[in-house]
Amino acid sequence: MRLLLATCCIAIFTLSLRAAEPIKIGEFASLTGKQASFGQTNHRGAVFAVEEINAAGGIFGRPLELITADTRSLPGEAATVVKKLIARDKVTAIVGETGSAAALEAAPLCQAAGVPMITATATNPRVTEQGSYIFRACFIDPFQGTVLAQFAHHTLHARRVAVLVAAGNAYSVGLAQYFKINFTALGGQIIAEQKYAEGDKDFRAQLTAIKALQPDAIFASGDYVESALSCAQARQLGITAPFLGGDTWDSPALIAIGGSAVDGSYFSAHFSPEAKELAVQHFVHRFRARWGELPDTGSSLGYDAVSVLADALRRAHSTEGAKIRDALAATHNFPGVTGRITMDAHRNASKAAVIFTIKAGQFVYLETIAP
Amino acid sequence: MIEFFQQLLNGLSLGAIFALIALGYTMVYGVLRFINFAHSDVFMVGAYAGYYLGRFIPEHTIWGGLAALAVAMTVCAILGVIIERLAYRPLRSAPTLNVLITAIGVSLLLQNLGQFLFGATPRPFPELFPVTLFIFHGIYISSNQLVVIGVTLALLFALRFIVLRTKIGTAMRAVSQNPKAASLVGINNDLVISFTFALGSALAAAGGMLYALNYPSIDPLMGVLPGLKAFVAAVLGGIGNIPGAALGGLLLGVVETFVNGSKNWSTYKDAIAFALLILMLLFRPAGLLGSFTKEKV
Repeated sequence: MRLLLATCCIAIFTLSLRAAEPIKIGEFASLTGKQASFGQTNHRGAVFAVEEINAAGGIFGRPLELITADTRSLPGEAATVVKKLIARDKVTAIVGETGSAAALEAAPLCQAAGVPMITATATNPRVTEQGSYIFRACFIDPFQGTVLAQFAHHTLHARRVAVLVAAGNAYSVGLAQYFKINFTALGGQIIAEQKYAEGDKDFRAQLTAIKALQPDAIFASGDYVESALSCAQARQLGITAPFLGGDTWDSPALIAIGGSAVDGSYFSAHFSPEAKELAVQHFVHRFRARWGELPDTGSSLGYDAVSVLADALRRAHSTEGAKIRDALAATHNFPGVTGRITMDAHRNASKAAVIFTIKAGQFVYLETIAP
Repeated sequence: MIEFFQQLLNGLSLGAIFALIALGYTMVYGVLRFINFAHSDVFMVGAYAGYYLGRFIPEHTIWGGLAALAVAMTVCAILGVIIERLAYRPLRSAPTLNVLITAIGVSLLLQNLGQFLFGATPRPFPELFPVTLFIFHGIYISSNQLVVIGVTLALLFALRFIVLRTKIGTAMRAVSQNPKAASLVGINNDLVISFTFALGSALAAAGGMLYALNYPSIDPLMGVLPGLKAFVAAVLGGIGNIPGAALGGLLLGVVETFVNGSKNWSTYKDAIAFALLILMLLFRPAGLLGSFTKEKV
């Protein structure tokens, strides 16, 4: 009896020793710099997911360890930090980045090293085209472009739309491209396409040229700083046409910078805390208890990216890159907080988008558009 | 036609800010014969000074806006004097190249210090001045644009007055012509140079605040691009020449705006600005209003 007890103790001891060895998950995010607003919320979502998974006993008995690296919103930085995560920290898998440009830098590196990578919010299709190890937890720009084009055409009844693009930004150029294709396919007309350099702050010249053509709506595919500033300047130039934007608008800073000028604008997003599903409401409640704020697109997708990865690890029952990759690719109808996630043949999550409008300085949920 | 005048106005208000920054570059160059690359970061500090002052001053008032402007200018004037005292004065007799590299070092220091102290996240800038919109024959003018143009003109004339009509201005011109001779006739060179930096930095602060009022999102790297453009403007106008800097700034602003508003050329905006600089250096190296023989301040 005593011997049996001792054996049990040793068994448990070794088990817990093995359990103490965590599975390392690398995370790269823009925690500072221009895109910090996204990086930060995304990071909070990822941290929260890891905490919940570990509190529930980890994955096959091993806890997850999140190793976070800051890309500082700078070009080139993502490649540097991801190399470090792979070579020095020897991570099992990688989550990140929020932006397509940074994700595109990192994806070939992860592919070459055979480390599965899942991005939460990089929506440019080229990201997952980098190889079989690259996945994402969100919809892609062609879908977002379709949704926005449909919304502009069917709901806003816009027929003549001007497009404002941040040249040199993969996300902005791509999204504008898909919007144009879909909007013209619906019978609409793109009357102008004005470009500016990424990071510009003066859009009066482009907007003045747009104003002369009297568009029904203006599609601004740039980030929230650029879009908020262009809304404000458009109103100062007497342009009353509504603005439309993509998921990069989903930041409280949009309203802080744009003020009343962004009222009456629309954008597509991945997630709404106002959605009625029970699972979403539970998540919103738990998230608020942890961070003292409502989850937004970034945090809920960050949460889902880690959850999808954890689910794949569980099914693969291995930390081997190729096995995790196969398990990720087989993800089917996974109940994420941003909707049911199924990986399609191109390793993109196929799921619904929501449309928000801005009223009196608040984001207001309008409708959900299924794929 | 309305579009043309609207673009012209857009260009002038953008150019006025370039001009304001260019004035600071050109003045320091005029006296010391070196480019103060930290100027564009003092510009950033000016904007942040306005941002923090905005918490204590009621928004949308003229006196509040002017008070914030005055305080931001004073803060940066002091910063300019400190930078000169700590970084440039010990190198007074060193080759120009050393001072130039030090200036780049100070610039990087301020940028990174800014990211450390203020955080790298862009912040919304408060509306310090009351904002109204004027519509004149179909041309839309925001009061902020008028404030920018007005303040730039006022500071330009004040600067001209200081340099040409006051005792310290005369001393500045003397130091500019011949520092040794100036000190022989009893001018305190260090004091004159400190004053020049104070004046230049105050102009940068005014530029930073007006820029932030017009484009209300500020970050620690906000000075880099406008600073570079203003430097181009200063060289275009003839570096060391005060009206030249203003003219160069306005010209650059207008050219950039028309290129931006064009259908197919907008992505070449910066290329065109710098091509203009190269052409100017090739065919008229002294700049639009500059000359090699005229005394400069």
